[in-house]
Amino acid sequence: MLASLVIVFREVFEAGLIIGIVMAVTTGVAGRGRWIAGGVAAGVFGACVVALFTGGLSQLFNGSGQELFNACILGFAVLMLGWHNVWMARHGRELAAEMRAAGEAVVEGSKSLAALAAVVTIAVLREGSEVVLFLYGVAAAEGGASIGMLVGGLIGLILGSGVCLLTYLGLVTIPTRYLFAVTSTLIALLAAGMAAQAIAFLEQADILTAFDQTVWDTSWILSDASYLGRALHTLIGYVDQPTAMQLIVYALTLAVIAVLMKLFAVPPARRPRTA
Amino acid sequence: MLRESGDKPLLAKKTNMMRNTPATPVLVLLASMFVLSAGVARTEQPVPLSVTIKDHKFEPAEVHAPAGKPITFAVKNLGSIAAEFESDALHIEKVIPPGGEATVHVRPLEPGRYNFFDDFHRATQGFLIVP
Repeated sequence: MLASLVIVFREVFEAGLIIGIVMAVTTGVAGRGRWIAGGVAAGVFGACVVALFTGGLSQLFNGSGQELFNACILGFAVLMLGWHNVWMARHGRELAAEMRAAGEAVVEGSKSLAALAAVVTIAVLREGSEVVLFLYGVAAAEGGASIGMLVGGLIGLILGSGVCLLTYLGLVTIPTRYLFAVTSTLIALLAAGMAAQAIAFLEQADILTAFDQTVWDTSWILSDASYLGRALHTLIGYVDQPTAMQLIVYALTLAVIAVLMKLFAVPPARRPRTA
Repeated sequence: MLRESGDKPLLAKKTNMMRNTPATPVLVLLASMFVLSAGVARTEQPVPLSVTIKDHKFEPAEVHAPAGKPITFAVKNLGSIAAEFESDALHIEKVIPPGGEATVHVRPLEPGRYNFFDDFHRATQGFLIVP
């Protein structure tokens, strides 16, 4: 029971941090509840499918199927997060100031919501597939799902969801005028961390071998395996022993997002008044 | 009626968005990085290592490899529960279903003692020793 509690909590907690941020980012956007719930549901379904085919997936591409799959969905999430930030830089001010017709704002807002819902789906799919595989293994070993396993999993799920809620509640206490800056930064760091993680998978698959030496080791201060290490890994991509390529890609992702946000931001004065 | 009146500005907005799609430069950047990295792929023959996981133990729990050579690490999960073969120092993270086998690549290493473990069952620990 304890094992399933710990594993379920750990994975839900990681996905929960991301969902909490997405909820805070979309505060006040109409229809966000449906999009996020849809993203979670799609992620749970995807997790079951991925868990079911893990054996087959591993065998693809000379045994590197799992790594390639992870790198691809992480790369996709990075694009979605980056796109969201750039989109918000362009339209966020208008949305927040309610200068647009409400109807149009909803249509425009839903594009950005779709991107964030996809990120939620990917987060739930990645963490969820590990939960499914683990619980399935335990159930198979014990000759069926036991009450202890289910209770442990349920408690883990509730505690993990609590982290999601705390993340959200913590972020929404930030005054509205700072919220955009804070969430943009969080989303950019989230994207950079995911990009660096995708690089780790490509290195593991031996697809990427350039600059793969470890640059520093901070495991004596904060280990990847600790809860704080895991939380920071999910949030800002903390790795205690990063490779040079991971650092390059991390910095590059942040730079590209920042530059694109600057490029596409429209000063409020230039916007034509239609009303 | 309402829809029709809202159609035109929406369409104009859409073409505007497509012209400004930020995904393109990012994609070009990523693509060029892959090309760059492919150019410096390793030519050295990797050193094969293999361990099995059974009854929540690595067998052998200690493996040895020479320094400065790439390694391929084959892990067979003979247990009845899925394992997550993981190592922070070796940059490995891979789920292995029960009865499954996985191969991961490890970069050339400096001499040292590298820890690996089953993230689903932390007590399952092993070491890669590079003299």
